[in-house]
Amino acid sequence: MAANDAAFIELDAVEKVFTVRRRAGWMRRERHEVRAVDGISFQVPRGEVVGYIGPNGAGKSTTIKMLTGILVPSGGRLRVAGIDPSKERTRLARRMGVVFGQRTTLWWDLPLRDSYALVRRMYRIPDDRYRHNLERCVELLDLAELLEVPVRQLSLGQRMRGDIAAALLHDPDVLYLDEPTIGLDVISKVKVREFLREVNTEQNTTVLLTTHDLTDIEQLCQRVMVIDHGRVMYDGSLAGLHAVGESERTLVVDLERELPPIEGVPGARTVRVDGARQWLAFPAAASAAPIVAAVAAAYPLVDLSVREPDIEDVIAKMYAERSG
Amino acid sequence: MAESQLYQGLRAYALIVGMWVRSTMAYRTSFVIMALGNLAITALDFAVIGLMFSHVDALGGFDLAEVTFLYGTSSTAFGLTDLAFGSMERVGRRVRDGTMDTLLVRPVPVLAQVAADRFALRRVGRIIQGVALLGWSLAHLDVNWTWDRVLLLPVMLLSGAAIFAALFVAGAAFQFWASDAAEVQSAFTYGGTTMLQFPPTVFTTELVRAVTFVLPLAFVNWFPALHILGRPNPIGLPDGIGFAAPLVAVACCALAGLAWGAGLRAYRSTGS
Ligand SMILES: Nc1ncnc2c1ncn2[C@@H]1O[C@H](COP(=O)(O)OP(=O)(O)OP(=O)(O)O)[C@@H](O)[C@H]1O
Ligand SMILES: [Mg+2]
Repeated sequence: MAANDAAFIELDAVEKVFTVRRRAGWMRRERHEVRAVDGISFQVPRGEVVGYIGPNGAGKSTTIKMLTGILVPSGGRLRVAGIDPSKERTRLARRMGVVFGQRTTLWWDLPLRDSYALVRRMYRIPDDRYRHNLERCVELLDLAELLEVPVRQLSLGQRMRGDIAAALLHDPDVLYLDEPTIGLDVISKVKVREFLREVNTEQNTTVLLTTHDLTDIEQLCQRVMVIDHGRVMYDGSLAGLHAVGESERTLVVDLERELPPIEGVPGARTVRVDGARQWLAFPAAASAAPIVAAVAAAYPLVDLSVREPDIEDVIAKMYAERSG
Repeated sequence: MAESQLYQGLRAYALIVGMWVRSTMAYRTSFVIMALGNLAITALDFAVIGLMFSHVDALGGFDLAEVTFLYGTSSTAFGLTDLAFGSMERVGRRVRDGTMDTLLVRPVPVLAQVAADRFALRRVGRIIQGVALLGWSLAHLDVNWTWDRVLLLPVMLLSGAAIFAALFVAGAAFQFWASDAAEVQSAFTYGGTTMLQFPPTVFTTELVRAVTFVLPLAFVNWFPALHILGRPNPIGLPDGIGFAAPLVAVACCALAGLAWGAGLRAYRSTGS
């Protein structure tokens, strides 16, 4: 077992090519190849939480589908806990949990409680583990009110919490989350993140998550991978990503009255003025405090807020740099 | 340690079926109405044959008891399979909308999951009808019940059900490539049972040959039944060919299993 720990998830030049038929004129159809995953290699040690991000159509979901054994890779080598997912899918399934944001793995017509009972028997979860895990999920994900409700009647956010619980009842070694915070309100997002962090620290669960919400990454992931056009564009820390992408945060200030663009603040430049409100951009890695102090010292400040850089902007910028 | 796929599959099948039965039993009246409706439809289905015999004494040289025997065996074998695998026609839809994904991440065989999905106990209607007709025909048949004939009866029903099952699975596997081909499958299964309810002598020998060598439906009940009824084989095969039914069933199931595995590997999910 220990031998696997450094490379609990292991991809070596993994590819997935879809052949699609496209309309090419009237009645004629043309075969066309989509290289959804185009030679991806990486390793994830046991217990790490990895953010797997990238623009729409980058190949994130396709990677997760190969890792879970849903799709058979077109090329390359892939191992999870030493198991080839496409060869021994059911054996690996016992050890992994999967949440698809866009799709429930629960039984549409069953109340949550019955779905969980079925999960318990399918995964052969020992009684005490099941009771303990269910109790914890119900408490931390706020499911008490929802247990008797059929899945089809749950709202998107409620269903998502129900799905996350279902994926963790059997103490998986690895957890794949494909957009797990989609549709969650602010409070639920905080709850889900706290819960995932707790699961990771307590059980050393390896987590691979895709998201379009930078906050998820900031609060959960030690490591970020940026994917585009089926290739790894970046693999490292979030801070490093900001440096590479030269991303900027924005300080939004409301002044007492309309004034000319703010000047003379070291490390920041005014990018927009709208009445009494002004926008100042500064490097994401820099601290906001000295900039706020400099503005407050020279201008009549009423209110302020800091906007985080948009992950999509960071990636878009980074990609433009690489290809240009 | 490593349990066989078969045991795992059966266990999962039983779990999911149990769950569906429990949840349909929550609406008991609706279940009873559906089951009675099912039984009424299958009863009407046989009434056509009854009507036919009010005008003629024999169909293709077979009398009422003999035709009823064919009808009962075909219906029982098909009914068993339809009860156990009837949900498999939904595979195409799961392939199209990508919900097959969720079955693939669970630690039990996908085949067991799709077969047990929305298990409908009301489909026992056809088995009840088939067994009733079979019972009636047994009481009215003029057959010398030697031990080989007695033995062949249950063997025929089980291998017949297995051949139908292979057809259901192969048809479902085909839907991984042609996800809107559920009708093709039901043409073979439902069409097949209807054909087998009539004596082989009413069909052309080309058709009988086709359902012997191409799609071996003739082994479901025709060939074993001909031996039991002491009738000659319409395409000149030896009389004992009826005993090959279990072998044919095993071969069909093996082929269907291979097709299913290939189908799963070809599954491509959906973009979202
Ligand atoms: N089943 C499929 N058949 C054909 N093409 C597919 C299929 N699944 C994915 N693709 C294509 O592969 C590429 C990668 O898709 P994928 O779903 O992995 O993207 P993603 O990174 O998850 O995007 P998003 O952020 O929008 O979820 C896309 O171009 C998509 O059109
Ligand atoms: Mg996706």
